Amino acid sequence: MRAVITIAHHTARRFLASIPALLGVLVFTFLMMRVLPGDPAVFFASDPNAGPEEIEQMRKTLGLDRPLPVQMAYYFRDIATGNLGRSMTTGQPVVTDLAERLPASLELTVTALVLALSLALPLGVLAALYPGTLLDHAVRFVCSLGVCVPTFVSGLVLIYVFYVILGIAPDPTGRLGAFDAPPPGITGLLLVDFLIVGDFESWRSALSQLILPASTMALFVLAPLARMTRASMLAVLGSDFIRTAHSLGLSRRKVIITYGLRNALLPVITITGVVFSTMLGANVLVEKVFAWPGVGSYALDALLASDYAPVQGFVLLMASVFVLVNLTVDTLYGIADPRVTIE
Amino acid sequence: MSATLRHAVWVIRGNPITGVAVAGLSFLIGIALFAPWIQPYDPLASNVQMALQPPSAAHWAGTDQLGRDILSRLIAATRLDLAIAASAVAVSFVIGAVIGSISGYMGGRVDRVVGRIVDVFMAFPLFVMAMAMVAVLGNRVENIIIATAFINLPFYIRFARAEVNVRRGAGWVEAARACGDSHMQVVLLSLLPNILPAMVVQITLNLGWAILNAAGLSFLGLGVTAPTAEWGIMVAEGARFILSGQWWLVAFPGAALMFTVLCFNLVGDGLRDVLDPRMRT
Repeated sequence: MRAVITIAHHTARRFLASIPALLGVLVFTFLMMRVLPGDPAVFFASDPNAGPEEIEQMRKTLGLDRPLPVQMAYYFRDIATGNLGRSMTTGQPVVTDLAERLPASLELTVTALVLALSLALPLGVLAALYPGTLLDHAVRFVCSLGVCVPTFVSGLVLIYVFYVILGIAPDPTGRLGAFDAPPPGITGLLLVDFLIVGDFESWRSALSQLILPASTMALFVLAPLARMTRASMLAVLGSDFIRTAHSLGLSRRKVIITYGLRNALLPVITITGVVFSTMLGANVLVEKVFAWPGVGSYALDALLASDYAPVQGFVLLMASVFVLVNLTVDTLYGIADPRVTIE
Repeated sequence: MSATLRHAVWVIRGNPITGVAVAGLSFLIGIALFAPWIQPYDPLASNVQMALQPPSAAHWAGTDQLGRDILSRLIAATRLDLAIAASAVAVSFVIGAVIGSISGYMGGRVDRVVGRIVDVFMAFPLFVMAMAMVAVLGNRVENIIIATAFINLPFYIRFARAEVNVRRGAGWVEAARACGDSHMQVVLLSLLPNILPAMVVQITLNLGWAILNAAGLSFLGLGVTAPTAEWGIMVAEGARFILSGQWWLVAFPGAALMFTVLCFNLVGDGLRDVLDPRMRT
């Protein structure tokens, strides 16, 4: 119980500490929006040939005639009430659009992260157990390659091999197969929704759509995860308590997993947080290659159409997710290693 | 032979891959320098009759949808991509090292504020920030450089800060002050040169990342525009033909990107072994 309270306390303190960063992001996006080319008043004035008076009127309605700090206060108020403006391309409020598309991005990113971790942890541990062997070099080689191939190239290569040549992957566009009806939107995560409804046929089809993009992304982040696991595991395996555990006659499995891996996990958790935020950015590229209807491709389309409200919403969303991820990482610290919270 | 050089030879002997990477990098730089003289065709000359030809003796890497020779375009792109990455990294290194070391040297409130600002920037998804910057500033090569330099900046500031912070209390800093050097002189003439070796490793690893960034931006249609030969945009144009089986449009620029980044990363790792054996992982 005490440990839980310490962790909660620690997390709350970290959350407070991240508020200045979030405020900074808000101020920056606000200034960025003001620098952007194009006069919103001209755009929103209904008639393309609107006279100067009409534009002036519009400017007043939009609050653009006020001094900058006042505008910023309005901006903060809008954001606090969840009003991120309206997308000019889709005609919908940005919040609605983002909420609609976020599950697709989350499903892709989380699947990729799980995939990468389930490969990187065993590979890293194995490489640390047999350093200098062929296995170690092979892991290092795969990792060095993975980090060098841009996601948009590896995605296209996977499409070429598995769809064009082998024909075992489905048409690489979107989240749903051509003949599948979307499930009722419960969570928005297709894999979860199809399971709830009990439609296993469509579940498999959605999974097969997901595999290629998720592998593309997993390949890209495999290297930092495996490398960190190896390095940290090597350091732990060389320490005294491991030798003691061995000499006490504990099983090899117990020594490596319970004593070794748990102690080696802390830096891996840190790097996982960093990797997750890199993936949020890399999402844009992968979503573009696979025509994945996530927030990244939404922001990109808006950006290319000079429609800036969605871009701003996207940046804010990503920054908030980033802060959330950091908080989770801090909480996981406390669980993985109780010593961290005792300061 | 100096000790460092001997150590470098020892490292390369122990890890011949670094030697290969150095050779690969020199090869790339050679191509970039002599691009206009070694490209077999004009990288921009289209010839619709020869469109989408697979690799052959006349066109080693095939031709694209407009009949342009892919090998020539690859060579021209090497020059552009390396130039973009090098200038972006140079800009962020110079600005970042100066801001970071001044902040680290001064310490106190200034240092805390700088640290906070850096934290804020790193809270952004940086690639997205680069996208937005290029969109705001306009689709030009300079703007890719500015955006890439900008998103690299926090890393250099943080790195220089940390490195200077460790050294500011050192005896030789005090000695320099005692000899009558101003604070500025201490930072620029004593501290900066001292953290340079560690930063060189950072720069090399960063160059690969900068190339990936720049290519990613052009792939999305931000930055370098259509007829120009650039690896990212070549992949983007070739992506449309991958479903009909014309793999060479994507494969060659993709391989060029991979090879370049791999060389930078391996050389960076090798340099780290030479300059700072403790940081090996």
